[in-house]
Amino acid sequence: MSSQFPSISIINGRLVDPANHIDEALDLHIAEGKVLAVGKKPEGFEPEKIIDAKNKIVCPGLVDINVRLREPGLEFKATIESETAAAAKAGITTLVCQPDTNPVIDTAAVVELIRRKAKHSGKARVLTLGAMTQSLAGHEISEMSALKAAGCVAISNAGKPLANTLVERRALEYASTFDINVFVKPEDPHLRNKGCVHEGVVAARLGLPGFAQSAETVAIARDIALAEATNARLHFQTISTARGVQKIQQGLNNGISLSADVAAHQLHLTEQDVDGFDSCCHVDPPLRTLLDRDALRQAVADGTISAICSDHQPHDMDAKLHPFPESEAGISSLETLLGLTLKLVQDKIIDLPTAIARLTIGPAEITDLPFGRLDVGRSADICIFDLESHWILNDEEIISEGHNTPFINWEFSGQVTHTLFEGRLVHERKPR
Amino acid sequence: MFVVRHASSGAAHFIAEHCAEHISVMNAGDGSHSHPTQAMLDMLTIRQHKPDFTPLRVAIVGDILHSRVARSQILALNTLGVSEVRVIAPLTLLPYDARKLGVHVYHDLVEGITDVDVIIMLRLQKERMSGAFLPSEHEYYNLYGLTEEKLKYAKPDAIVMHPGPINRGVEMESSVADGDASVILEQVSNGIAVRMAIMSMCLGSQAENQREAKP
Repeated sequence: MSSQFPSISIINGRLVDPANHIDEALDLHIAEGKVLAVGKKPEGFEPEKIIDAKNKIVCPGLVDINVRLREPGLEFKATIESETAAAAKAGITTLVCQPDTNPVIDTAAVVELIRRKAKHSGKARVLTLGAMTQSLAGHEISEMSALKAAGCVAISNAGKPLANTLVERRALEYASTFDINVFVKPEDPHLRNKGCVHEGVVAARLGLPGFAQSAETVAIARDIALAEATNARLHFQTISTARGVQKIQQGLNNGISLSADVAAHQLHLTEQDVDGFDSCCHVDPPLRTLLDRDALRQAVADGTISAICSDHQPHDMDAKLHPFPESEAGISSLETLLGLTLKLVQDKIIDLPTAIARLTIGPAEITDLPFGRLDVGRSADICIFDLESHWILNDEEIISEGHNTPFINWEFSGQVTHTLFEGRLVHERKPR
Repeated sequence: MFVVRHASSGAAHFIAEHCAEHISVMNAGDGSHSHPTQAMLDMLTIRQHKPDFTPLRVAIVGDILHSRVARSQILALNTLGVSEVRVIAPLTLLPYDARKLGVHVYHDLVEGITDVDVIIMLRLQKERMSGAFLPSEHEYYNLYGLTEEKLKYAKPDAIVMHPGPINRGVEMESSVADGDASVILEQVSNGIAVRMAIMSMCLGSQAENQREAKP
């Protein structure tokens, strides 16, 4: 038993565990893959390994609730093996993946397949969102209850449009019956049309099809109305507009059961970054204006947005080798999730415990998962990073199979030095 | 040399990024983004009639939203320092916040062409009718079609341009297209000269580089 789960003490670190309101110098003791004690070493506990976290932050392993690992079906882009290794390097211990694999996650068998692959990799926990509709086609609702029983943490249509509003209403009603959380990427497909960049000054100048702000806000207003009518629990994924944030705030003020996340890149990039037709900045929803970015940052600070996700979408080389509108959307972003979030601390938008909360307990609460916190008895998923150690993202050091990122040569703080998943060390950065 | 015409905005840019440095890429129109040679031939045509750009008022009429020609013209005219560029169209055919392109926006043709020196009519693609951008050709012509009657509001020596081919009776009356103010055929001739010049300059400098490279 001890060889599979070594006993470990993490000493001299600054423990930041927002769920338990902890931000102080405390040691952490781990046995059998779980947190054994916080603070003083228990009587008679002799750890097999001691990690010295002097001058480092010790926090719960990060929980990323919006990723694509591309397996099964798109293994030429990435695999569960490759992406969980990237997650381990980035301090992420729980990944929740979208159902748009091939085959789609609309049966228990696919959920099981992914679970086995992830278990074999052993570097991170991979959980799934079940398809909201069969084959994600938007017509017939999926076997949500069976998907929940198989382990899906929520249902989602992976950004694919539903045939009509009635299908959405029925899906929400059915999900509500079984207390299943519904994830939506708010988008009206008709208003979006062929839009690939924010409908603003850059789209006007470059002659690129605009993705109107109203394509998001109309969808949010509709979804909130349906959530209110059906009593469903609704989670908005990858909000991109200031007006969208406003609508969610109004919904929350009206006591509707809502939550929201944002992709880390939306907190830093704007439509201006698309200038020059940089296909690495082709994301969906698109990069918006500086005003939107600032409103999103504010919403992260005040908790309207309680989770920051990576919206990880690794691509093969060819996916981006097209004129901008034809290139595939998305950023390979696991490895910049923590770095981009810590930039908000540097920019004094939020303090460190809030930043960590948005990456741990925030997303864990949205998905009702018992992770993202370090009380005694919880799974020892732990991320240790050095806030003072600055690093530059360069292409050679990216572990993910997807190298599609606009953040090459960006400087980040907070290098992850150790990642523990279920009490096992799955990443350790060797000192240079 | 590659001469690139493509339905996607940014296509020529994309090809140029992936070509060796000594290869010239000539953008012959990319999506709704730009059509630089058209704008250059238009500027030459304007210059032949109005040698000084600075006092000019220029109106561009029609489907600005989907027009690569309009985008390149707006850029060229503002670069050459004209006193005013106007665009005239209904909101469905204008980009979001069009003013930021450096133009004054008008929705009424007569108001928009009053006292201008140059009127540029854009070609209207038939598919705009099916995409709910416009109700009908008939209504478009009534509102934005250039007739001899409306042309009187422009300066007496105003010129009328069109990148061709013209939809007669949609964008303008035949008598305007063939009238004294029209310089449309000159645009066609200048198009050949300007494009020859661009190719010659690109290839000429290539030949020069090759000569220099040889000992």
